[in-house]
Amino acid sequence: MKITVNGTATEVTAKDLPGVLRELGYGDGKVATAVNERFVPASARSSAVLGPGDRLEVVTPRQGG
Amino acid sequence: MPMFYDVEVTSRLMLGTAQYPSPRVLAEAFRRSGAGIATVSVRREAGGERAGAAFWDLVRDLGVRVLPNTAGCHSVREAVTTAQMARELFDTPWIKLEVIGHADTLQPDPFGLVEAARILCEEGFEVFPYTTEDVVLADRLLSVGCRVLMPWGAPIGTGLGLVNRYGLRTLRAQFPDVPLMIDAGLGRPSQAAEAMEMGFDAVLLNTAVAKAGDPAAMAEGFARAVEAGRLAFEADPMEPRDMAAPSTPVLGRAFLA
Repeated sequence: MKITVNGTATEVTAKDLPGVLRELGYGDGKVATAVNERFVPASARSSAVLGPGDRLEVVTPRQGG
Repeated sequence: MPMFYDVEVTSRLMLGTAQYPSPRVLAEAFRRSGAGIATVSVRREAGGERAGAAFWDLVRDLGVRVLPNTAGCHSVREAVTTAQMARELFDTPWIKLEVIGHADTLQPDPFGLVEAARILCEEGFEVFPYTTEDVVLADRLLSVGCRVLMPWGAPIGTGLGLVNRYGLRTLRAQFPDVPLMIDAGLGRPSQAAEAMEMGFDAVLLNTAVAKAGDPAAMAEGFARAVEAGRLAFEADPMEPRDMAAPSTPVLGRAFLA
């Protein structure tokens, strides 16, 4: 199915959030996620199911002022 | 030292982590600044990129407390979601809340700021709102649960210093017991010293240090200025006067005319 990952249209086969993150190469990295502009805590990822057109945001620590 | 949400800070100088020419220079600037708090952010990352992990390793090596921000957020929802992601990533309830309302000045959106602060305080965040010197806005932010305020000195990245001294003096006078730190707009150590002389509890800088020709030396310059300004505030400076008054005793002067 096609979803949007960090603003880019992306084809994925997994349907659950942990599976999508693995498929996209995030592995066990230190990331935080939001689906359709709503925060999905790490503890809730396994029950998060994605559908076509969903918007996934994956962020990590970065420099800031 | 001031208390930020029941945490006594180790330095009145706080530094951002962006725009340094290299990680090595960033680390050296922190070392010479003595800063105990670093601002950080969250940003998108592609799978396998690992830039975030490398940055996080660098920050952990600094041995400082982190203050994540919601920089670049223009709506309440965006800021709240960013704060929620930051809390999980950095494992801290602290959040420097930015809700930007104007593209050219990066001035906070006061209405969105109060609403986002209210939501985040209710969710258990300890909110450090990036605000203006507006005393009514300050009062609203305190009423929704903020216990620290971060008024701007000038628009972010301008280096203009304290552009509204009257407003900042008024804010300090109106809220004598609230920790207030000047965030944004400082360009030179003398401006930081002035903020401290006015009784502000701390200053937060980024661009002024990171974009200096020698960031580490500038960081130390700011550290000394902050210390000097605070000492001056505590020492109760003399009042300025219009007429001259000789400092050397007049009595006993030799009569040589």
